[in-house]
Amino acid sequence: MHLAYPAVLAVLLFCTGLYGVLARRNAILVLMSVELMLNAVNLNLVAFDVWLRDTLHAGQALTLFTITVAAAEIGIGLAIVLLVYRNRGSSDIDRLRDLAERPDGADAEATNRQPDTEAEATA
Amino acid sequence: MTLAATAAGQGFLSPGGVEIAFLLVGLATLGAAVVTVTTRQLVHAALWLVVALGGIAIEYLLLTAEFIAWVQVLIYVGSVVVLLLFGLMLTKAPIGRSPDADSGNRWAALIVALASAGTLVWVVVDAFRATWINLDAVQGSTETTGRSLFQYWVLPFEALSVLLLAALVGAIVLSRRGGEGKAPAAALRNTTATAPAPREEQR
Repeated sequence: MHLAYPAVLAVLLFCTGLYGVLARRNAILVLMSVELMLNAVNLNLVAFDVWLRDTLHAGQALTLFTITVAAAEIGIGLAIVLLVYRNRGSSDIDRLRDLAERPDGADAEATNRQPDTEAEATA
Repeated sequence: MTLAATAAGQGFLSPGGVEIAFLLVGLATLGAAVVTVTTRQLVHAALWLVVALGGIAIEYLLLTAEFIAWVQVLIYVGSVVVLLLFGLMLTKAPIGRSPDADSGNRWAALIVALASAGTLVWVVVDAFRATWINLDAVQGSTETTGRSLFQYWVLPFEALSVLLLAALVGAIVLSRRGGEGKAPAAALRNTTATAPAPREEQR
């Protein structure tokens, strides 16, 4: 098999995931797109491992490690999303702007939201 | 070991059976991935993600990496998607169409994705168009993977188990509702915030 087939497929999957990360608004959909990107990288690792016939099988071992780290990442990420949802009532990442730098005129709104952030800090 | 030389006789216009299968499954995978990132129904996105991840598992099988393929089915299709569905349910994601699934910068995102796809496809095809993978011998059987994993990769493997334990503890700490010492703060939050459930008061 030509190496170009898995490599091009991995590139296209990665860019699909990239579009999802940039364009989605729901945090869980962003996590799904991150999973797509990680899977594209895994496909590359496996393809190059099979091509190079590595005696250590570094590509496949690294793929297993990536899958495990991705599982840990999705667990922590979902816990964070649930925490944000519990505190804010929304998981839209467009609305989570408390740490954004605002121009000077918008500081009043920032101070109004202060109790909300304190409640989250103590949670 | 001939890495790149043997591809000369293999043209792109006369693909073999494995390549045709890889191409078809790849098209299905890519289509499912595109639907995952574009659909407006959140639960459907998770279900299309199952198709995409299962397609990638079939690609692993076609690349003779059997163990990775079954690990992919087990972990991704089995548990990660279930976790995502639970996350969608727990955040009360709307069933059916949600008009605001995409944010306002989707055109910028589309431009960035298309530009990076074009660049990367060009680079990758230019670099590897003459490279041939020899799939005669199985490269990723369970025996091979297990040997390499427990001969050469034991220390990272054990470190990974510690990482998983840390992630587990972290997820539990993050998702349990406040400690007993913080009960007043939690009660205060209950009166103001919209989302917390009354379940908290039952404890």
